[in-house]
Amino acid sequence: MDFNATLIGEMISFAILIWFSVHFIWPHINKAIEDRQVKIAEGLNAAERAHAELKSADVKVAGEIKQARLQASEIIDKAQQQANQIIEKARGEAISEINRLKAAAQDDIASMAQRARDQLREQVGALAVQGASKIVQREVDASTHKALLDQLAAEI
Amino acid sequence: MASEPTGGLTEYIQHHLKHLTPHASEGGFWAVHVDSVTVSLVLGVLFCLWFWLKARKATAGVPGKGQAFVEIILEFVDGQVKDVFHGDRRVLGPLALTVFVWVFLMNAMDLLPVDLLPWITEKFGVGHFRAVPTADINMTFAMSLTVFVLIIFYSFKAKGAGGYMSELFTAPFGKHPLLWIPNFALNLVELASKPVSLAMRLFGNMYAGELVFMLIAGLFSAGAGLAGWALYGAGIIGYTVWGIFHILIISIQAFIFMVLTIVYISMAHDHH
Repeated sequence: MDFNATLIGEMISFAILIWFSVHFIWPHINKAIEDRQVKIAEGLNAAERAHAELKSADVKVAGEIKQARLQASEIIDKAQQQANQIIEKARGEAISEINRLKAAAQDDIASMAQRARDQLREQVGALAVQGASKIVQREVDASTHKALLDQLAAEI
Repeated sequence: MASEPTGGLTEYIQHHLKHLTPHASEGGFWAVHVDSVTVSLVLGVLFCLWFWLKARKATAGVPGKGQAFVEIILEFVDGQVKDVFHGDRRVLGPLALTVFVWVFLMNAMDLLPVDLLPWITEKFGVGHFRAVPTADINMTFAMSLTVFVLIIFYSFKAKGAGGYMSELFTAPFGKHPLLWIPNFALNLVELASKPVSLAMRLFGNMYAGELVFMLIAGLFSAGAGLAGWALYGAGIIGYTVWGIFHILIISIQAFIFMVLTIVYISMAHDHH
């Protein structure tokens, strides 16, 4: 077969076909390829971003846990202090109350003893007068000897 | 005229429809179509090299354009297989990919100017060179018979020898002994129709496409003078339009061949 016009015509058609492919077919394929590249790149980026976010979240969580622990221990300390204070206060109040009660009781005891002593003295005075009148066999004039009797009672 | 000054269009086409065969064996069983074998092998090797290189350099990060293109093809084929076949895709996936890309590349030879490769080979003293392997019925049957062997193989593998045999004799009508022969006959027809339809469809489309290219190419030398030039222009337009339309045909045919291969082999896995 010789080189002839048929082959030239076919080559021209082939050139047009290539031009057509380049302009109308290849762009679609190229777009699909580029879309895929973009999609993959975005996916990888998103994964990386998520990874970084996770890391920062971890750090944040750790910090917050630490702070919470610190706060908790502070609260415990404060509570303990308060408890101690309350106990101290209660103890002080109890002691003062005891002292007060003790003092009142002592006062009572003292006044009761005084009263008993006074009564005893009077009875002893009366007894002494009785005894003396019995001894003397005569009426002792209470009024004349009152001073003497009082003195006696005071001496007892 | 184009090829033989004495012949005219008929001669031109006849010349083009002749395969390259060793002279000694012309017409006989051993008349190997050297052109089909050569072109298909070259394209097969190109396909393997192309995908192998891209697979070797594949990154998990953002792919280059070449890798993205290969990935799109791969994903497309894998998606087709996944839709039809619900099993282990380790064999069927690559098979479908090979069928699709290889058939597409062989079909694409149809887009080359029908006189280009013969003209080149003529310079090396080889006449009768047909560039489109899939317009050679030997080539399409070679592929469809391979698929046929795979269908038989997977039928045995999926159902066992006994299971497949019993299915051949008892489906689709029933288990009654009187129905064994009709069942078997029907199954034979069904089985044989698969490779035949697969091969004939591809061959018919490609052969017809090639023939139309040749007929249009006849316009290039159909007349003389002004009318000749008018026909020449019509030839260029017709050749281009048919070429553009043919891009669609070769893609569809490659796709159909792949899908039917998947369907047939996945059907071999199904139990009746």
